[in-house]
Amino acid sequence: MERAIIETRDLRFSYTTAEGVAPSVLDGVDLQIQEGSFVAVLGHNGSGKSTLAKHMNAILLPTGGAVYVGGMDTADDDKLLDIRRTVGMVFQNPDNQIVANVVEEDVAFAPENLGVPPAEIRRRVDEALKAVGMYEYREHAPHLLSGGQKQRVAIAGVIAMQPRCIVLDEPTAMLDPVGRREVIDTVKKLNRASGVTVVLITHHMDEAAQADRLIVMAKGRAVSDGTPKEVFSHVEALKAVGLTVPETVELCWQLRQDGLDLPLDALSDEECAQALFQLLQ
Amino acid sequence: MALKDITLGQYFPGNTIFHRMDPRTKILLTVAYIAALFLCINVPAYLLAIAVLAGAVAVSKVGVKAIVRGMRPVLVIVVITGVLNLFYTPGQEIWRLGFLRITVEGIWSAVFMILRIMLLITCTFLLTYTTSPILLTDGLEKLLSPLKAIRVPVHELAMMMSIALRFIPTLIEETDKIMSAQKARGADFESGNLVQRARALVPLLVPLFISAFRRADELAVAMECRCYHGGEGRTRLRQLRFQSFDVLALVLAALLIAAVVLLGRLPLLP
Repeated sequence: MERAIIETRDLRFSYTTAEGVAPSVLDGVDLQIQEGSFVAVLGHNGSGKSTLAKHMNAILLPTGGAVYVGGMDTADDDKLLDIRRTVGMVFQNPDNQIVANVVEEDVAFAPENLGVPPAEIRRRVDEALKAVGMYEYREHAPHLLSGGQKQRVAIAGVIAMQPRCIVLDEPTAMLDPVGRREVIDTVKKLNRASGVTVVLITHHMDEAAQADRLIVMAKGRAVSDGTPKEVFSHVEALKAVGLTVPETVELCWQLRQDGLDLPLDALSDEECAQALFQLLQ
Repeated sequence: MALKDITLGQYFPGNTIFHRMDPRTKILLTVAYIAALFLCINVPAYLLAIAVLAGAVAVSKVGVKAIVRGMRPVLVIVVITGVLNLFYTPGQEIWRLGFLRITVEGIWSAVFMILRIMLLITCTFLLTYTTSPILLTDGLEKLLSPLKAIRVPVHELAMMMSIALRFIPTLIEETDKIMSAQKARGADFESGNLVQRARALVPLLVPLFISAFRRADELAVAMECRCYHGGEGRTRLRQLRFQSFDVLALVLAALLIAAVVLLGRLPLLP
């Protein structure tokens, strides 16, 4: 079996407020994320998916159960830096995670913090910027870039740290369709070309459909887990937790309700068209 | 909206000798020049100071226009200082109207004061116009690093300064957005007297502050995620290095101070 880079064991979490302990946000999550895989976590607002992400590099610590990153317990304070350089994190708002006012200075931020020698920083920065296709913009001011470009700079800032895993917490929520595609394509390329493990938190079906593995969160639990084709074919189960399925699956499902024999795993337009074509023949 | 025109900390990229100079040298030169200005006490000394700065501006290729534009906001202060010096310096009286009187000494001190302020502003502009904010904070951090021995948080101060500079355009954009949103709902920022206008800013500042705090919170988490843990053991992408012309510039600055002091001893006009 492949090694798990992130493992959660009966992970539970609840915020402590002035009035006492609030209802739990995570209610016993058991997951293993395999090294090199591309995992999407899908869920509604309040499903606990962002809270789950924040446990993956010790921004939040479990109130019950445990999280292991590369075998290290995230509750271990001495391992904090090692955990954070193993799992990098990209957030929703690109403006609030860019530190410097020159692109390359920002990408250099993480290696600078890690005490990497200047010549090596230079090499890593150039490499990271080329990997996200932002090398030509290395001397630009970040606030003059588009949302998708800023988010790619933020991703470069994380890969300059050379993490084994990147967790992206709704990285496309504030972007236009062009920016969304830029970011998702970049992430896919990183996963395929460099073998970086990717955990993509999202509420977009089409983004989730591109992963190797899809986990659906609802009410603080992982309610469904499998390849996107498997997960999306359980249409009723998804609808029960308030999620929709991709339009192609929805179409096939509706037609099945009317007694037609169609598969439920057609995620792309072509696959759907092919299935309909075969049925008509 | 005039918000976008703020020249605070503005940097004009270029490749002159001033741009390539080590930021530490430039900060020291600025300090030396300001010190020299306060040692100027007569006309030849001021003429020398003006000539030196004019030469520096020419070399830096910053352009007189940019400096004049930057000077505009401080014009009021310059005028007030000039007027106060003109009327309130005791000495040989040459004109009188009621309680107002002008003295020979008053005229000289007004002229000198105005010159001093304008030269001072121009030389600091020269520093910020030719040095990128990152290099400027790097230079300050390096220059002030001996203060770490007496527990001054030099790295933290420099980091705060560079983050503040980074967020100026973001917050200006945000202010514009909030203003538009408030105007769309009938807010009026342009009419009324000073008190009314100041009051109209309250609904602007409250959301701006709330959003700034939220940004700060998110930025702090993002920085921690990228292994930020203070200045200890931190390396830098850019290394600051003194070059031969840095040394030369510092020697020239020392010569300027010496020259100004010597000129002050000449038995010339004031």
